[in-house]
Amino acid sequence: MDAERTYSELAQRARAALSSVQASPGVAKPDPILLAENVRRNFGGVTAVDVAHLEVQRGSITALIGPNGAGKTTLFNLLTGFDTPDNGEWMFDSKNLKKVVAHKTASLGMVRTFQLTKSLTKLSVIENMKLGATHQMGEKWWNGLLPFRYRKQEAIIERRADELLKRFKLDHMRDQYAGTLSGGQRKLLEMARALMTNPRLVMLDEPMAGVNPALKQSLNEHIRGLRDDGMTVLFVEHDMDMVHDISDWVIVMAEGRIIAEGTPDQISANPAVIEAYLGTHQGKSLLEEENA
Amino acid sequence: MDFIKILENTISAFFGIDAAYFALAAIGLNIQFGYTGLLNFGQSAFMACGAYGLGMTSQYFGVGMWWGILIGIALVIILGLLVGIPTLRLRADYLAIVTIATAEIVRLVVRSVRFKQYFGGSDGINSFSTSFRNLNPFDPGAQYGIRPFQYSGYSLWTMIVGWSLVIIFSYLVYMLMKSPWGRVVKAIREDEDAVRSLGKNVYSYKMQSLIIGGVVGMFSGMIFALDRGSVQPDNYSRDVTFYVLTALVLGGVAKVRGSVIGPMMFWGLYVFSDNFLRELTKDKPFSIFGVGIIQKAQVGPVNYMLIGLGLMLLMTFRPQGVFGSKEEMALDGR
Repeated sequence: MDAERTYSELAQRARAALSSVQASPGVAKPDPILLAENVRRNFGGVTAVDVAHLEVQRGSITALIGPNGAGKTTLFNLLTGFDTPDNGEWMFDSKNLKKVVAHKTASLGMVRTFQLTKSLTKLSVIENMKLGATHQMGEKWWNGLLPFRYRKQEAIIERRADELLKRFKLDHMRDQYAGTLSGGQRKLLEMARALMTNPRLVMLDEPMAGVNPALKQSLNEHIRGLRDDGMTVLFVEHDMDMVHDISDWVIVMAEGRIIAEGTPDQISANPAVIEAYLGTHQGKSLLEEENA
Repeated sequence: MDFIKILENTISAFFGIDAAYFALAAIGLNIQFGYTGLLNFGQSAFMACGAYGLGMTSQYFGVGMWWGILIGIALVIILGLLVGIPTLRLRADYLAIVTIATAEIVRLVVRSVRFKQYFGGSDGINSFSTSFRNLNPFDPGAQYGIRPFQYSGYSLWTMIVGWSLVIIFSYLVYMLMKSPWGRVVKAIREDEDAVRSLGKNVYSYKMQSLIIGGVVGMFSGMIFALDRGSVQPDNYSRDVTFYVLTALVLGGVAKVRGSVIGPMMFWGLYVFSDNFLRELTKDKPFSIFGVGIIQKAQVGPVNYMLIGLGLMLLMTFRPQGVFGSKEEMALDGR
């Protein structure tokens, strides 16, 4: 980890709070923004997610890792209302989200991105951004016919969108179709667009998938920037270097359950994690196994 | 061969009432299909709502013609909710299946003997346009204008009303699609999960789009009924839906210009090819080196074949239509 890094006051507070938390699965945090209890989802006979207890510390960057098929994305879908669990309760900022539909979670301050980037290709980059703003007058059809009813708000939204585009270095693509962006730029656009909703919790599903190393570095900085601005970040990632580099806390899932939690250093030394990723017989050669 | 006559009829069809009511239906369909991505294959049912809303004012309710608009809108909303509630949560293909079936159900219900007292059965309704005729400032018997723009007083009146509605709705759709509302529906067309994740109620927007597009289609049905002076159930069959869709694609989807000029070109081409074939076979069957190609009685079907062929060529060589954007087209499947 970068020892030189300076942390904002908020980040320091989150890290300090987490430093005294015991590294065990489903452990309670001092100030959780997201809390899930007994969330279970079955697909036919397969239990995709079975989370007994999960807490995400406010103001932290929390990574959710695990081998393919561990149920990370399904958990994201459940928490954001894109899928309904068979069982369980979950709260965002002490509001129960059990009966809350997907589009309402965003206006509550909880926004997500997708593993397969969803840039709206036939809309321009700036239109993509402006779409993200919530509570727009002009989104009512009768107001849509009366430009004077939304023009002022639209100008404010556009200014905010332009600021974010600049911050994410997409301002030169402002008026291009989003479909002309590269894969990495689309990831940036999706993240910037999510920020237009003014979230308190940002949930990123594999923000680094398919992004080149140079862009990864700047994405890292952007994610840190979110924390420094007071947002909580929960992200799914496979890139262990990145997880180690930016997260304050790591939650490991395997076969739908949370099998370990801890700071990045604790996790990389955890035998349960190594086992989940590499199998029980790590270290032994395949030949040896066959002979046995 | 009388080329002048062919040309005159073609030009006249460009601005004729058929183009006007097709344009209205296409503007409505463009809101649903072009902008929101709702595959509505039942636009004829929404047109029937307009025509029957108007017809029922005299046939059943015994109230003035203007009530027809309100009755029509009520019918569109009922139909939109009936079709939309079960299907708008599903993928687009399901809406297509359900709308095409609904349109047929609507047609069969209004032409049924059982409901003859409301809808007039297969005879339709004929006595509702008196007050519209009374509003006509022109002499219905006289011919107005100079050739090729020569129309009877009554045609001129329906054309003026029809094209005025086209202009009004084009403007409204343009305003709507420029607004944040339009941005949301266009985004839904691209990816509804993304829109949902940004806090928009996708389901509600799709319903709004379906009903608003249906209301514009309803006016199309009204103009058609007023022009013909009658409401006939079989005028609202599948063919109409697909001709309107064809005309829209010809003009270019998700473009206001496309939804107006497409229908004009559709009717222009239709009348041109029809007149041309008729002139060709007027005196004797047309043949090349003694091989018979086409005779008088075959003009109708052959004309449809040619229209079909033309559209296949259009889709192959210019899939975005006349006014569609090639760049937008190229973004598909990336």
